[in-house]
Amino acid sequence: MLVLWTDALIYLLIVAATMLAVYMSRQAHMRRPLKKIAASPVAIASLTLLLCFTLIGLADSIHFKDDNSKGNEAISLLDIACATMRAHGEKTYSAPFSAYAYGKENLTAEDGSTRWDYPRLQYGGAHLKNPEQQLTGDVFRKVVGGLGKGAGLMLMILLFAWSDKRERGKRLFRHPSAKAIWLVLFVVVSSFYTLFSLSEYYHVLGTDKVGEDVFYQTLKSIRTGLVIGSLTTLVMLPLAIVFGIMAGFFKGWIDDVIQFIYTTLNSIPSVLLIAASILMVQVYMANHPENFNNLLVRADMRLLFLCLILGVTSWTGLCRLLRAETLKLREMEYVLAAQALGVKPAMILFRHILPNVMHIVLIAVVLDFSSLVLAEAVLSYINIGVDPTTHSWGNMINGARLEMAREPVVWWSLTAAFVFMFALVLAANLFADSVRDAFDPRRAERG
Amino acid sequence: MADTLLNVNNLIVSFGQSKVVDEISFHINPGETFALVGESGSGKSITALSVLRLLPNAARMQAKSITLQDQELTHIPEIEFCKLRGRRIGLIFQDPMSSLNPVMTIGEQIAEVLQLHFQLSQQQVKQRVLALLKQVEIPEPERRVNEYPHQLSGGQRQRVMIAMALAGEPDLLIADEPTTALDVTIQAQILELLKHLQQQTGMALWLISHDLALVSNIADRIAVMQNGKIVETGATADFFRQPQHPYSLKLLAALPKLENCLGKQSKPTMPLLKVEDFKVYYPIRKGIFKRVVGHVKAVDGVDFELHIGTTLALVGESGCGKTSMGKGLLNLIPAHAGRVLFDGVDLTQLSGESLRRHRAEMQIVFQDPFSAMNPRMLVGDIIAEGISSLRPEVSRAEKQNRVAKLLQQVDLPAETALRYPHEFSGGQRQRICIARALAVEPKLIICDEPTSALDVSVQAQIMTLLKGLQKSRGLSYLLITHSFGVVAEMADEVAVMYQGKIVERGPVEQVLTQPKHDYTRALLAAVPKLNGKISTA
Repeated sequence: MLVLWTDALIYLLIVAATMLAVYMSRQAHMRRPLKKIAASPVAIASLTLLLCFTLIGLADSIHFKDDNSKGNEAISLLDIACATMRAHGEKTYSAPFSAYAYGKENLTAEDGSTRWDYPRLQYGGAHLKNPEQQLTGDVFRKVVGGLGKGAGLMLMILLFAWSDKRERGKRLFRHPSAKAIWLVLFVVVSSFYTLFSLSEYYHVLGTDKVGEDVFYQTLKSIRTGLVIGSLTTLVMLPLAIVFGIMAGFFKGWIDDVIQFIYTTLNSIPSVLLIAASILMVQVYMANHPENFNNLLVRADMRLLFLCLILGVTSWTGLCRLLRAETLKLREMEYVLAAQALGVKPAMILFRHILPNVMHIVLIAVVLDFSSLVLAEAVLSYINIGVDPTTHSWGNMINGARLEMAREPVVWWSLTAAFVFMFALVLAANLFADSVRDAFDPRRAERG
Repeated sequence: MADTLLNVNNLIVSFGQSKVVDEISFHINPGETFALVGESGSGKSITALSVLRLLPNAARMQAKSITLQDQELTHIPEIEFCKLRGRRIGLIFQDPMSSLNPVMTIGEQIAEVLQLHFQLSQQQVKQRVLALLKQVEIPEPERRVNEYPHQLSGGQRQRVMIAMALAGEPDLLIADEPTTALDVTIQAQILELLKHLQQQTGMALWLISHDLALVSNIADRIAVMQNGKIVETGATADFFRQPQHPYSLKLLAALPKLENCLGKQSKPTMPLLKVEDFKVYYPIRKGIFKRVVGHVKAVDGVDFELHIGTTLALVGESGCGKTSMGKGLLNLIPAHAGRVLFDGVDLTQLSGESLRRHRAEMQIVFQDPFSAMNPRMLVGDIIAEGISSLRPEVSRAEKQNRVAKLLQQVDLPAETALRYPHEFSGGQRQRICIARALAVEPKLIICDEPTSALDVSVQAQIMTLLKGLQKSRGLSYLLITHSFGVVAEMADEVAVMYQGKIVERGPVEQVLTQPKHDYTRALLAAVPKLNGKISTA
């Protein structure tokens, strides 16, 4: 097993998130908003979808040395699951569910004559004798069969849970949120099962310029999106919280210094900073090739650095919010009372200020997540994002943009990246909305 | 005149499951002053809002009938109702700060009401606005008309609000706690103005208040509300002569009375706190380097002494510097000059660890018990905080033991320790705050308006508690308040503060019965009194 830097950080993050969830569910004042989130079907459905994405991302974060490859490359658990998709590479572009390539070639028939036509694909629809007539029926049959099997699988799980005779078991079905979870799981599991079984025979989302399966690329991109969304927050949070609270609480010269830092940082265009630091990493890696002997390790280093620099450029917004809130809180009478009781400043910050700004932090984290996933796409588009060999939605879009002018248009890479990104960001945003509503004290009071 | 102006029959307002207003019926006659009295949460404001259909979204309202001069209000469509609001029924809110639009001049705001309800030319509107401002006795109306709300004082803003309500020439004016946010001297002026305007225009006045003493001077009829029900209605004179309902009796009994100060003997003891030439200035900074260009003199050279086991009351109106003084004494805000000798140690010279230790001998109880406790901490942890910060060596079990004892002292059950502050009422929270202050065994507690955010009946309980603690523990209090009722009840000595200075100081009986300074006299004259009609029963 091979643990990359980002892998380790992801495991750390998962552990931290689990601990936070357990801690929060034990605090009485946190339980009420959590219950409110649980009672909202939209929030729970988005959370389920997010967890499905996370699961795929996690499967992609467990890396092994690849014994089959000639060099010392590494593959992940997801790569093993998608072995057929990885192996089924074509020469170049092909449309989804197509048995023929996208471009015409000189074909040599068995009798030696040549003609100018679309060649058959090496893997996509290769099992068909006569694709023109058989394709539609075959795809239809396989989709129905796949959906049926997926649905059957889900139904078995449902029946298994239903057979639980206790009242607690029954509650798992009656509540609207529970219904939402089952519905999302049903759709996700059965459609993924269908897509997986179909990709044995076809390229369900087509292939890209070098003939790589787009569905596989999209699945691999999930990890990149999640890493950028979550690790950046991890870098950003300590900076924003420590500086924001200190500036607001101590005021005076500490506030001046911190304000100076973030206004300066804010007035430098972040794209410049990101471009410069990515360049630095590349130079460093070029000078120390012995430490980066693996393609994946190099790409991972660049991804990690992108997260770091994105975090460093994006903490200022939350810092300002926290500073303003702390300025308000430090005048609250319970803070004055604590001072009168002789409580030390560090303890006041930790016990009285931090818990009371936590709702802002939580809201900011969830909202920032989706904007960071989008930022990755934009940065990769102008070539200062992740490594070109890393699968990411930004790279997919960047690669596809040049082909937009072709006729017939190459639409599948763009569409696949768009649909997956949209699903992830929409789910994150819907979830963020409910989190914000649940933790907003003014809304909580209104019932 | 036999007809009633407003008739409310079987009004019910509920939020979800709980009924806030529970089948109440009452009427208001033309030209009379009707007072609806009750403690906070009794549903009196909600009643007024429901008559105007201005309830919050979560509220559900039903009524058999609400009539305004034979016009049934429950069935008319919203668009018709808009013409009624402001025109036939005017409304004045409690807080004149937030009910005026800060980006419009007061003239524009009054003109808006006029243009909404009457067809008038520009010239006529202008004249009418000036006439209204004159009517509510705002000096120099020609100049004031172009000013913005922040340029006016609190009392003047409330006058502008009244002018706006009068602009529609209403038959009924609803005043929801019109003077609660104002100082005593201004309260009296506003009430006088309302009374005067009512006589002038012949409109009916529906006064909503928590203050029995205040309404006793102005109302013709009084209704007492408790838990969403009207428990007693009657003419003011009858009501105060013979209150029928036990709750009314309780309210009357709980009113702090100035007579309580009579016969108090102050026992000569050692001085505990000695304040000399104490000054708290807030710097005014300007320019990019934040140069100090001047000072706001919140406390400007104050001297006093506080003796062991006694209570010194610091009285004054809002903005006179009494709260700055309390915080300054504790070194929570830096003092500009002067000495604070507490037990012989000058607190202003201390810093760091020694300040932390010495400061804890003096504790503070704040006005608003809602913001005085961290909502994210258990009551037990809140009370134990002082113990753990000053004496970290105390064991967990010992701390729990101490907390239980403290809760018992402030008459709260021991299981309170395991609950959160928001689960308690205002009075209970104030008790918790007192327990927190007692936890570090202070010699002096600064009480900053300890009762003014509480209902009258709860106020009395808190004062009794404070007095009991003083007796059993030999505590000294510095009582910061604007209410002479509380002063008479609690204080041994009084210091009257005016614009950062102490203008009069002496034993409570002397100051309250024979005030020397003009300002003290003005303050005392403005205190609403119960017209001397209190029954002795």
